[in-house]
Amino acid sequence: MTTVPDAVRRRGRTASASGLPGWVFLPAALGGLFIVLPLVAMLARVQWSQFAALITSDSSVDALWLSLKTSTASTVLCVLLGTPMALVLARARFPGLRLARSLVLLPLVLPPVVGGIALIYTFGRQGLLGSSLEVLGIRVAFTTTAVVIAQTFVALPFLVLSLEGSLRSAGRRYEAVAATLGATPTTVLRRVSLPLVLPGLFSGAVLAFARALGEFGATLTFAGSLQGVTRTLPLEIYLQRESDADAAVALSLVLVVVAVLIVLATRGRGGEGVR
Amino acid sequence: MSRSPSGRGGRRVAGVVLAIGTALALAACSSGSSGSTTTATAPTGSAQASAPVSAPGATGTLTVFAAASLKATFTEIGQTFQEQNPGATVTFNFAGSSDLVTQLTSGAPADVFAAADQKNMTKAVDGGVIDGTAVNFASNTLTIVTQPGNPKGITGFADLTASDLQVVVCAPQVPCGSATTKVEQSTGVTLAPVSEESSVTDVLNKVQTGQADAGLVYVTDAKGAGDKVTAVSFPEAATVVNVYPIAALTQATQPELAAQFIALVTGPDGQQVLQDAGFAPAP
Repeated sequence: MTTVPDAVRRRGRTASASGLPGWVFLPAALGGLFIVLPLVAMLARVQWSQFAALITSDSSVDALWLSLKTSTASTVLCVLLGTPMALVLARARFPGLRLARSLVLLPLVLPPVVGGIALIYTFGRQGLLGSSLEVLGIRVAFTTTAVVIAQTFVALPFLVLSLEGSLRSAGRRYEAVAATLGATPTTVLRRVSLPLVLPGLFSGAVLAFARALGEFGATLTFAGSLQGVTRTLPLEIYLQRESDADAAVALSLVLVVVAVLIVLATRGRGGEGVR
Repeated sequence: MSRSPSGRGGRRVAGVVLAIGTALALAACSSGSSGSTTTATAPTGSAQASAPVSAPGATGTLTVFAAASLKATFTEIGQTFQEQNPGATVTFNFAGSSDLVTQLTSGAPADVFAAADQKNMTKAVDGGVIDGTAVNFASNTLTIVTQPGNPKGITGFADLTASDLQVVVCAPQVPCGSATTKVEQSTGVTLAPVSEESSVTDVLNKVQTGQADAGLVYVTDAKGAGDKVTAVSFPEAATVVNVYPIAALTQATQPELAAQFIALVTGPDGQQVLQDAGFAPAP
């Protein structure tokens, strides 16, 4: 037993290292375990002897390749559409701005299946836009385009959120200075605003890519599932599970590895931009 | 619930309470999931009898794992069962047959398992979870479904190969898809589907929403969809009959109720419900 002042001093020291009371670490560790343990459990189930064969089968390679292609395409779309959206949300003042921001975030909170159903009634063959597209001879249903649309729909809020946060924390001081020096709004945007928030844009794009890579529900509902055309890695895992659990686990590990690489990329390069 | 006078002491108490609370929560979770798999650890439910009472009028909660395609019929049969056994409660877990097998072989607590095909029942038998032998209680065949009124004028299986048709089928990995593959083999007609879905409901949904012109589903699915689709039957479907087996489980905590439920499903009352939904009797 130590005297009270001693104990107090010691606790004071522990607290000064992190600024946190010691007991916080227990639930924090439990939470960490909760995330890591399922991954470890999955690792333990991987059949290493067949691993290479399982992940290099035609259907697996097709699925991985399709996933990487479509996720890249939807990330590009997210950047092209999401950057102006974030700029407007962060800088513009207009009535209904709050409502607009909530609407932009909607795909984030919608269950992906609901997103998929909404997309069917928009881009589907009998949908709001789909029927007009059909007349023009453009068919979205069951094509790789449908996969990209579904992925962009669910991933867009991630980029907008991340970039809008960066824009807000960057502030408008430099922009104001550039403007008083005679720079046009486009020059200010190109030379000042965007370079300032580049880390935020990067991490937003990485997050959007990760979300697109993991997209499942909206794709399954809206785009269908055909090898090499619409069956992305998550859909392939879901299907393999029906017949070959080992292959499903092996492919899941591939997806986990890709996800970990993505997280490391964000933390390593643009992490500080996320706010 | 005494409060410490000093703020720091209060924090420490809070920390301890939090830690204990977390531990209790975790303990509750684990006992909740494993306790029921081990046999009657007197769950907190009120209507729980300690030992199985001999029929009729047995009490307790019967857990039935059944293929998703049995949802409507088994729910109805379950209600009949509860009327016949006022002390009994039936709870269902409807999912894809292979999902159910995975859950059962991983130790999910259940009394009865009804699969949508023989393959998954065999997997369950191989997994050591089936008590005795399975009984076949219904069969199902494939049918073509089109949009209401059959606007594309499809009359038979061979029509599905028309190049302007968007046809959706189940993937070969799932029961309805393996049935589709067998029909293709027996007819010598190879389809070029625009999508191979992982469940029969996904196929039905693609036709209902107008995404696809035609799809292959079970007769019962087509019937359940009512006038949202038009069913086009084809003679070759009869060559591939999907037979549904039902069995009691080794880990059943209610073996008496399980046997009674299986008897109801295979008996005249259950068979009538299944037939009304479009199932054919087991061969």
